[in-house]
Formats: sequence, C-alpha cells, structure tokens
Amino acid sequence: MQAFTVHKGIVAPLDRSNVDTDAIIPKQYLKSVKRTGFGPNAFDDWRYLDPGEPGMDSSQRRINPDFVLNQAPFDQASMLLARKNFGCGSSREHAVWALTDFGFRAVIAPSFADIFFSNSCKNGLLPVVLAEDEVQALFEQVEANPGAQVEVSLEEMTVAAPDGTVFRFTLDEDRRHRLLNGLDDIALTLQYADDIRAYEERQRSEWPWMAEHSQG
Amino acid sequence: MAGKTLYDKLWEAHVVREEPDGSTLLYIDRHLVHEVTSPQAFEGLRLAGRKPWRGDSVLAVPDHNVPTADRDKGIADPVSRTQVETLETNVTSLGLKFFPMADVRQGIVHVIGPEQGATLPGMTVVCGDSHTSTHGALGALAFGIGTSEVEHVLATQCLWQKKTKAMQIRVEGELRPGVTAKDVVLAIIGRIGTAGGTGYAIEFAGSAIQSLSLEGRMSICNMSIEAGARAGMVAVDEKTIEYVRGKPQAPSGELFDKAAEYWRTLVSDPDAEFDAVVEMDAAEIAPQVSWGTSPEMVAPIDGRVPDPAAESDPVRAEGMKRALEYMDLQPNTPMTEIRPDKVFIGSCTNSRIEDLRAAAEVVKGRKKADNIKLALVVPGSGLVKQQAEQEGLDRIFLDAGFEWREPGCSMCLAMNADRLEPGERCASTSNRNFEGRQGQGGRTHLVSPALAAAAAVAGHFVEPSALKEA
Repeated sequence: MQAFTVHKGIVAPLDRSNVDTDAIIPKQYLKSVKRTGFGPNAFDDWRYLDPGEPGMDSSQRRINPDFVLNQAPFDQASMLLARKNFGCGSSREHAVWALTDFGFRAVIAPSFADIFFSNSCKNGLLPVVLAEDEVQALFEQVEANPGAQVEVSLEEMTVAAPDGTVFRFTLDEDRRHRLLNGLDDIALTLQYADDIRAYEERQRSEWPWMAEHSQG
Repeated sequence: MAGKTLYDKLWEAHVVREEPDGSTLLYIDRHLVHEVTSPQAFEGLRLAGRKPWRGDSVLAVPDHNVPTADRDKGIADPVSRTQVETLETNVTSLGLKFFPMADVRQGIVHVIGPEQGATLPGMTVVCGDSHTSTHGALGALAFGIGTSEVEHVLATQCLWQKKTKAMQIRVEGELRPGVTAKDVVLAIIGRIGTAGGTGYAIEFAGSAIQSLSLEGRMSICNMSIEAGARAGMVAVDEKTIEYVRGKPQAPSGELFDKAAEYWRTLVSDPDAEFDAVVEMDAAEIAPQVSWGTSPEMVAPIDGRVPDPAAESDPVRAEGMKRALEYMDLQPNTPMTEIRPDKVFIGSCTNSRIEDLRAAAEVVKGRKKADNIKLALVVPGSGLVKQQAEQEGLDRIFLDAGFEWREPGCSMCLAMNADRLEPGERCASTSNRNFEGRQGQGGRTHLVSPALAAAAAVAGHFVEPSALKEA
C-alpha cells in the first residue's frame, strides 16, 4: 500500500451528499478481474454523456462539460470534497480503486459510510472527516479560488485551507500508523498466528459444531 | 454492571487478540465468496505465495453475473464469463466448496448461506458484499467487507475490527394486514436515514420483529446497510432453532442439541444497555414505496411524492430536487398514480419462497397490465425455484404473463443482461434505488413482493387489497 504522510494539491468540489459507490464506479466495470484501470470510469454516469461499457476508449467518448472533474483545473485534482455519507451503498473496493486510479489521494467530507472508510484506508486513500461548517468553508474557498492548493497532513492530522485556516481531524491510531507507513496488513496479522491457533483450539472444545460441520 | 447485548456476546466469543487501543483481531467462522469481489483477493494471495488459512470456512458461488435465461448456452458476455470462470478456477484449484451455475444449490450468496446451514447462529459471517448483514437474522454477526479484507480473511481467518456502538430498533405491536418485513425496514430507513446506523451494529427487536418468520427477518437485516449499519441482527428464538434444524451443513443429533443450548443464550440480556434506541409502533407502518434515489426517500402507498419546497434544510432540499428530476416525478403526485414500465421480483432482499408465495397470491388469476413491458420473477436459488415449481407458483406467474427465470442477482444491479433501459421505471423488490443501479438512466421504486405484484397487474402502484376481484 502507498503510504500517506503529507499531500498538497487541488481539491475538486463535488457538492452532493450520499455519493454512493454505484455512482463512483458503475456495475459494468466491476466485471474486471484486475485492481487497476478503473480511473477513466470513475463517476462514469456523471462524467460522460454516452453510456459506457468496459473496453471502450474513454478518450473517444462525449464528456459532460457540467461535471466538475471535466472542468479545469479540477481535472487535475488530487483530492475530493463532498457532503455527508460519502461512499454509501455497495462494499465494492473498486470504488476506492477508481478514485486512486484517477489520481485522488484523499477525500474530505463530513462523514463516510463504514465499509468505504475501511476500504479507503487499506489503499492509501485518506478519508478526512471535518465538521459540516469546515467542509462548507472549504467549498466556499475552493469554488472562489479554483486552483488553490490544500495541504493535508496525516502526520499532524491537519487540513490547511487556501486562506491559511487549519482544520484538525482525527483517525484512530492503528489506521494512522498503517497508512503513515504503508504497511501490509496480512503480514502483520500473521505475526499472531499462534493466537489464531489458540482461538481455534478453544472453539473446538467450546463450540465443536462450528468447524466440524463446515465441510457439509 | 449492565447486562450484555447480543452484539457484545457475539463479539466477545470471537476475540483472538485485543490491542490496548481497542483494535481487535476477530475470528471469522464463515467466508462467503462470489465472483465480483474475489478475483483480486485470490490474485493477491497467489502473488504473496499464501494459502487459505482454513479452506473449509469458504462457500463460493457465482451470482452477480450469471444469466437468468438460456443457461445451457453459457454466459454470452465474454467479460462476465471470464469473471465467473476466474472464480471457478480460483476456488477449485484451492479445493474450496463451490456451487457452479449448473448446480441446483446455486443462487444468491445471501439466500444459499442460510438455506444450506452454512451460516448458523453464533457465527461470524463475512462476504465481499454489503448485504452480508442478511445472515444476522439467524443471531449471527455478519457484515460486508472489501476485497482487501476478503484477502485478509482468506490468509488469516481473521479481521482487524474495532467494536462499534450498538443500536436497538424496537418495533412493537401488531403489523397491519398487508404490511410485510420489507415495509418495516423501508419505514425504519425512512425514519433514521441512510446514515442513521453508520457506526452502529443494529439489533432489530420488539414483538413485531419476533412475529416475523426467519425469512422476513432476513429481509430486514439485509437492508441494515441501507440504514448505514454494516451489521444487523435478531436474537435467537425457537423459530431460529427450528429454521436451522435439518439444514445440510447444520450439526445434527446430540451436537445439534448442544449447539441449540448455546444458541438460546444469544439474546440481549434484559438489562443490557444500548448506545441508541429507536422505538417504532408497528401499527403505524403502511406499505412503503420509494420515490427517490436513496433508500431513505420513501412514502406510504397512500401518500404523495414530497415537495422539496417544504424542506427547510437546503442541502436536503437540493438532494430531493435532484432525485425528483432524475425520477421524472412531480411533487405531490399520489404514489398510486405512478406507473412502472417493468417489475422485478427477486434479489437477496426478497427472492425466498415466502416472497414468491406472497407475490403469487396477488397475481393468481390475474394478468399483467398492458403498460408493463416486463415482469420478471427471479428466485433466489435453484432450491427456491424447485420448491416454487412444486407449489405451482411458476404456473401462476407464467399464466399472468410474467417471466420465470433462473436464480441470481439479476436486475437488482444489472450486471447480467437483465436491466432497465434509460428512462424506464421499475417496481422492484430489491434494496437500492441509486441512480443507474438497475441500468443507466433507469428509475427504481423499492417495494415489497406483494406491492410489486400488485403494480404489475394494476399497471400502477396500489395496495393489493384494493385490486379488483380476480
């Protein structure tokens, strides 16, 4: 996983609440068996005027000029700003892969859906929760001054707005540590293989039906 | 000290290790796998040279991409075919339990888990699918995970989790005739909102929930995620134990009795404290129809499409306006004047035998209305289909002009050929009415099986009791 320490870049304002993962990456692209290549189809239904199918050359498609990610300088954005409950709906990690493949490093919103939040942290895409009025302030600044740079520091857990205001956010220490260092979760967990085996031993004696009958 | 909630008990029984900051390594008993969210996990496992920790915890099935017609011809779409074949190669090479498309036990992963006894009370159940919350109806801790977590569970049999808060939603009293589990859960989401349960595990309780069958409880727990909660659950009672008895993968004989003794403890203690409690009066719940592009946008069947001008919160009003524009609906339109083009009866929410019976009861002796271009019935599994055919339900649907298909996720998310065309309106028993969910530009109205069936025969939304005599 790509580590996240500090990132400075352009923030695209996506002024919607309840942005669902079907909108972030529509179902037809979930047929891919790969982790990469979803970027051109991030927000496909909003970004293009013609219906999209896997395998199409996105440079040949009709783009929707009204959609924020089709407008300069937001087509170069590396952070997304949205309203509450971002990433609700399906558990598809493809939504996170589409955002990172587009070039996003962070999403800033007043709240996130639980599964999206967890998926995001496992792929180096930092979900930043700010208060609604802070998000509102960022919307106003970014819309008034489109190319302005915003700096997000996971080390300091701060967001520096274009006007210099600094907002603080929190992230639980475990996730922060893994993100800062880009750690592989599985390798870390396997350090506790003995604990897992001990649990299985206990389960066999206390709840013998759990595993014995799993063969079916 | 306060008693324990059902969630506390399920959680504590699966703790492998707890760190000082509360991060917990939680043991996973059952891992359900489908073709869409697993290929990258198996690839990751292979690239790292890892093997599944406990292969017998896995049950794999293709459901999202499978065709519901002409199965003998295989899968026409080459991209879908590759994904289904990839699942088969991945699981068979590792010797994992798998129901291929031609197996009568194939079906939607959340229908076959309980049907096979692969998901049992007291288990932790995960799947790379947000509707995994369904299995909580059995008194299990079941939640959806992303693909990185699928790989993590395959490799370690565990997940790092932090205990969430617990919410109890109590629905007390008697449901009105014609009001189903689907209406209850839609009314709950309408009340608490799609983020109302975020950060919580929800326990559904109260006399109205207890009065429901296990299948009804599954429909409710299924849509916990539409209320924002990863996990939903219902306490174990004698109905739960009778439901599990005799299922193919359930324990039997003395071991069953021993298990049942433990399962009976899987209830919240009377003095358990929840972080939030929501109370609802069952008698006040009417059959529900969604009008917008979020599952919280629901109205009673005798209600009207709301007016954004009457909404005081500007962000909310803007969302409503956008939804009505997408849905091509005018404020204040009576719900009964909305005319669908297609009807879909199926999905992990409502494709079990009781759902099909409820729909067939409405359809029996009637015909599909002329404005309904397609009325699709997609059973949740091959075994549900078989049971329905033994009861003659397929004939009822076919005689009325409906189509009777093979099991799968189908038009709930339109990854196969079953989909809405741009602008088409659908009465759907599925769980999500997001923009484009059932096909780009498609317009979804979420309803119960009985209401979907009634809409198919009347050509507009209507309470089944208001239909003319068959």
